[in-house]
Amino acid sequence: MTGRMSLPLATHAYGDHPPTMPPADPARGDAAAVDPATRLAMYRMLQRTRQFEKRAYDLFMRRLVKGTTHLSLGMEAVATGFGTAMRADDYTFATYRGHAHTLARGVPMTPILAELLGRANGLLGGKGGSMHLTSVAHGVMGSYAIIGAHLTIANGAAWSAQYRGSGQVAVCFFGDGTTNIGAFHEALNYASIFRLPVVFVCENNLYMEYTAIGDVTAVPRPAADRAAAYRLEPQVIDGNDADACYLAALDALERARSGGGPSLVEAVTYRHGGHSRADPGKYRPPGEIEAWLGYDPVTLYRDRLLRLGVEDAVLGGVEREVAAEVEQATREAIDGPLPSPDSALTQLWADGGSQWRN
Amino acid sequence: MAELTYRAAVAHGIAQEMARDERVVLVGEDVAGAGGVFKTTVGLLDRFGPNRVIDTPIAEQAILGAAMGAAMTGLRPVAEIMFSDFFAVCWDLVANEMAKTRYMTDGQVSLPLVVKTGNGGGLRFGAQHSQSVENWAMAVPGLKVVTPSTPRDVVGLMAAAVRCDDPVLFFEHKGLYAMKGEVPDGEVVDELGTAVVRRTGADATILALGLMVPRALAAADELAARGIDAEVIDVRSLVPLDTRTILASVAKTGHLFTVEENPRLLGWGAEIASIVADEGFWTLDGPIQRITTPHIPLPAADSLEDLVLPSADRIAATVEKSLQT
Ligand SMILES: Cc1ncc(C[n+]2csc(CCOP(=O)(O)OP(=O)(O)O)c2C)c(N)n1
Ligand SMILES: [Mg+2]
Repeated sequence: MTGRMSLPLATHAYGDHPPTMPPADPARGDAAAVDPATRLAMYRMLQRTRQFEKRAYDLFMRRLVKGTTHLSLGMEAVATGFGTAMRADDYTFATYRGHAHTLARGVPMTPILAELLGRANGLLGGKGGSMHLTSVAHGVMGSYAIIGAHLTIANGAAWSAQYRGSGQVAVCFFGDGTTNIGAFHEALNYASIFRLPVVFVCENNLYMEYTAIGDVTAVPRPAADRAAAYRLEPQVIDGNDADACYLAALDALERARSGGGPSLVEAVTYRHGGHSRADPGKYRPPGEIEAWLGYDPVTLYRDRLLRLGVEDAVLGGVEREVAAEVEQATREAIDGPLPSPDSALTQLWADGGSQWRN
Repeated sequence: MAELTYRAAVAHGIAQEMARDERVVLVGEDVAGAGGVFKTTVGLLDRFGPNRVIDTPIAEQAILGAAMGAAMTGLRPVAEIMFSDFFAVCWDLVANEMAKTRYMTDGQVSLPLVVKTGNGGGLRFGAQHSQSVENWAMAVPGLKVVTPSTPRDVVGLMAAAVRCDDPVLFFEHKGLYAMKGEVPDGEVVDELGTAVVRRTGADATILALGLMVPRALAAADELAARGIDAEVIDVRSLVPLDTRTILASVAKTGHLFTVEENPRLLGWGAEIASIVADEGFWTLDGPIQRITTPHIPLPAADSLEDLVLPSADRIAATVEKSLQT
């Protein structure tokens, strides 16, 4: 590849660490250039995601969130870093684990939480649920729950942006497990040959559902080790470091916007909880969760901001404001009306209805 | 008026839409330089250029994903899946993504796209390149499904499909590509969800789709020679379905026959039979009969394929026997 900008420091740093362990030195990367206002905004987003996901879990345990829900606890930095770097009209394509990515584009908490509760004031009127969060007005073009497909759909949005000359970029998030399905490979080749303005972000949380990714993948780095096959540069970043994610995002977005084509970024991270619902995550070896809890993206970032001179009281203020936001969203979601029965038969077709005959 | 082959009508129909709307783009394997493996897109690359007419890798999921993502962000793509049998390798995109996204997002996402595909048997291609799979699509809420049987309808229905804001699966019948027919000058635009009475008759209603339409018409000629006056309806559009035209015809003739190329179980005629049994029961003078391929994959040998696909003779014999008893 030509014209590649030099990678930010944190990108290189991760490559030295074993694929399944957090990096040894939490303080590294502090010097990376991110302005204070952006850092504070990212801290707020980390907090919003953390507190929102905890509340989603609580409401699930209280049986108010029905069905299933996949949380990003422990993985907040990826969506935060990328969401912060994206332009307002860029496109997000997320997965069933998409609350974080939806929040990160500025979608308010109430409609998301109400959607999880199946309420009429939900983002999708209760028709999509936790796994399909979408807010076209915020550039969130959907959350997709069948592994692989949305990488190809993100290509389509990128193609449309390229065709229209709009300068928009599609950013597509997916997990490590997704790198083993055919659509991943179809999508990467397709994006590469057409130099589409798309950024593929693999959130490598070390597990596909309940199986360690290393047990089912031919290469140690599930995304980065496949990059060369599609003439892309392998990139592994610290997915628990919001600054590293933000800087890698700026870089990849700039490349896409300037006609440099797609990027494939592997962000190594870890989910603190189970895969979904009340999965206790028993398949994880002893000590692993503890090691990663000691490398928590929210704490890491808080400590960094303190080291950089932000007052503890300022951070505490953010935390309290977010807590109030979550409380209000919870009330508004719980108080939200149930969807009207008629709504079940609407919006199959563009005419708003679901008629299939005359 | 110009006489066009069915295959040329496909390119003609797409060109009509590309000329009037810059958002219409075409993607698929070999559709640009080669003009399509069935030569249904000849001339489009020269006329509209490589930004709008695009050859892809063999990656059916990537093709349909590209069409879907483009459709939700302002384009009106036409994507080709070379043989409809290949839907099986990208059915997730069709049945789970395209079909459900508007509903799941409560109308936030529109998908104005067309997937065109070569469908059906009669070409001795064997079981993996000959299926009639309209009923796969018909079973999925959120997909519109059309099958033209004449060059004129190819143009009119393609226009309707491209202008529709919902995903439309456009089944071209491979066995009809060489057929010639008149296509009017100027813009030809049909309406989805409209059946056409191809032959009026008083004694029996025969419904057919695609390649089965000319066979049903030939059967009607045979029947006429034997004193039976059959009405032949070209269903054209399975979703939406023109039940009004069908029920009105059955009310007149009292006898319903469906001619389906698909294997027996849950072919499109089964749904129509159920509707007519519900809503037209008291107008019937005899049992509804479905004339289909047996419940088997299609064999390759010409003698066997001819044996199992519904033929004009089999249609005529079935109708005649049914009306005599
Ligand atoms: C095609 C398909 N196969 C299987 C599943 C079931 N499934 C849901 S999530 C998941 C694990 C995906 O792992 P990964 O891509 O690493 O994402 P993560 O859940 O870890 O974020 C599986 C197997 C699915 N949704 N789709
Ligand atoms: Mg994973």
